[in-house]
Amino acid sequence: MDEFLILSLPPMVIASLAALACALPGNFLLLSRRAMLGDAMSHVVLPGIVVAFLLTGSGNGWVMGAGALCAAGLSALLIEFVTRRARMEPGAAMAVVFTAMFALGVVLLEMTGTSGIHLDVEHALYGNLETLIWLPGPPPELARLALIAAGLALALRMVWRPLVLATFDPVFAQTMGIPVAWLRAGLTAATALAAVAAFQAVGSILTISMLICPAAAARLLTTRLPVQVAVSLGFAVASAVLGYVLAGYAPLWLGLPYTVSASGMIATVSGLMLVGAALTASHRARARL
Amino acid sequence: MSQIPLDVRDLTLRYGDVLALDGATARFPKASMTAIVGPNGAGKSSFLKSVLGLEAASGEVRAFGGPVADAMARIAYVPQRAAVDWSFPVRVIDVVLMGCYRQTGLLGRIDRRFQAQAMACLARVGMQDFARRQIGALSGGQQQRVFLARALAQGAELYLLDEPFAGVDAATEAAIINVLKGLQAEGATVIAVHHDLSTVAGYFDRVLLLNRHTIAEGPVAEIFTRDALARAYGPSLMLAAE
Repeated sequence: MDEFLILSLPPMVIASLAALACALPGNFLLLSRRAMLGDAMSHVVLPGIVVAFLLTGSGNGWVMGAGALCAAGLSALLIEFVTRRARMEPGAAMAVVFTAMFALGVVLLEMTGTSGIHLDVEHALYGNLETLIWLPGPPPELARLALIAAGLALALRMVWRPLVLATFDPVFAQTMGIPVAWLRAGLTAATALAAVAAFQAVGSILTISMLICPAAAARLLTTRLPVQVAVSLGFAVASAVLGYVLAGYAPLWLGLPYTVSASGMIATVSGLMLVGAALTASHRARARL
Repeated sequence: MSQIPLDVRDLTLRYGDVLALDGATARFPKASMTAIVGPNGAGKSSFLKSVLGLEAASGEVRAFGGPVADAMARIAYVPQRAAVDWSFPVRVIDVVLMGCYRQTGLLGRIDRRFQAQAMACLARVGMQDFARRQIGALSGGQQQRVFLARALAQGAELYLLDEPFAGVDAATEAAIINVLKGLQAEGATVIAVHHDLSTVAGYFDRVLLLNRHTIAEGPVAEIFTRDALARAYGPSLMLAAE
């Protein structure tokens, strides 16, 4: 097989799928002003994965994913608890819970021998996108992310109408018989699922940017929600592909003897897209005046 | 008498140590138009929210002779305009169509019939030319009219409005009161939290004077007296008026 198909295509597709899975809940996190939750979810995944590995000794992606989901659920409860008991505002409660849990994950990692399964602090931050190659078959992350991205897209299509209503006007939505609290919990769960899936492939830095950047950039360019979601998905894929290519080839084009982290470059590209969208939006706003 | 649109008894609501409502009681007859009036912090908005089951209040609330939960499809609620994010990426027509949610449901197609229904509701509040605008591009008064159009799209028989005239222009105020009087003429019951004491008599036929509990309720001519107002607001209001 062609070198590109073995070495470059699988990581690019995986990064794109992770970006798609994250952008879907990201749009609604942004609109309900809960973007911080994405940050929280992508951090608490780490202790969940480490504990799952320590308990089962299995490096299987599904096992560690389940551990991460448990940690996400636990952190959601903890955030509620801290908000109510310590009477802290939700943003601060999230920050307290996720930093504490992430730190716990780092400590656990350093104290135990998990490096044999590509699990160390560096991978937790940057992921291991470059190692997800076609050898001898497709990497398991590929099918897992495809399944989760498709599942999230389907779920979003099913609850689109009540979710939009509940996000725009939760009080009114309640009077229409819409289960607002369940939808809110569902969005939290979807965020956790996307974060877990993305974390394993691309690490926590990239997960945060994938959850928020494409949606935030799209939000600046349109006043219609379906268009916003569609544009955000476009940005998601574009940043994944462009970032991966730039990380692998840009230093070579510049004559440098090394490549840079794909995750870092993808996150940087999606950040630059956000800047571009902001400049375009303010330029357009000025043109209207 | 079991078909009375709204019958509220002993409504009590606590937020922590604060008693927002303390045994408020009121009856709202069919095709009446009632202003809920009272000082700031009297629990007027809490009264509406508790009636709708949005706040965990104690007491008995019956709508159309049964529990409110069974009558929600016949009740339309217009929240305070400030309760939502007006930069949200939806158009005016999308907001009005939200009022049709009970009919369209989760996945039902929004066909021409619903589009026409929503446009008719917009026309009724004088906003038909703004259907394709993003809601953030509207003035406060126009936003309030869109909220009213959304309530109209519900095709309800009981309308609960939380300060529909707060911060709106004179044209909007006239348009809204016209629509509400039209609803009353069609047999609907209207209840609105209202701030401007000078327009109560002109706009409404009944009044509920509230200050955590019911001070007085009944026809405007009987209830809206200097004495009752003094009991609701305290003597300071009277000094200001004199």
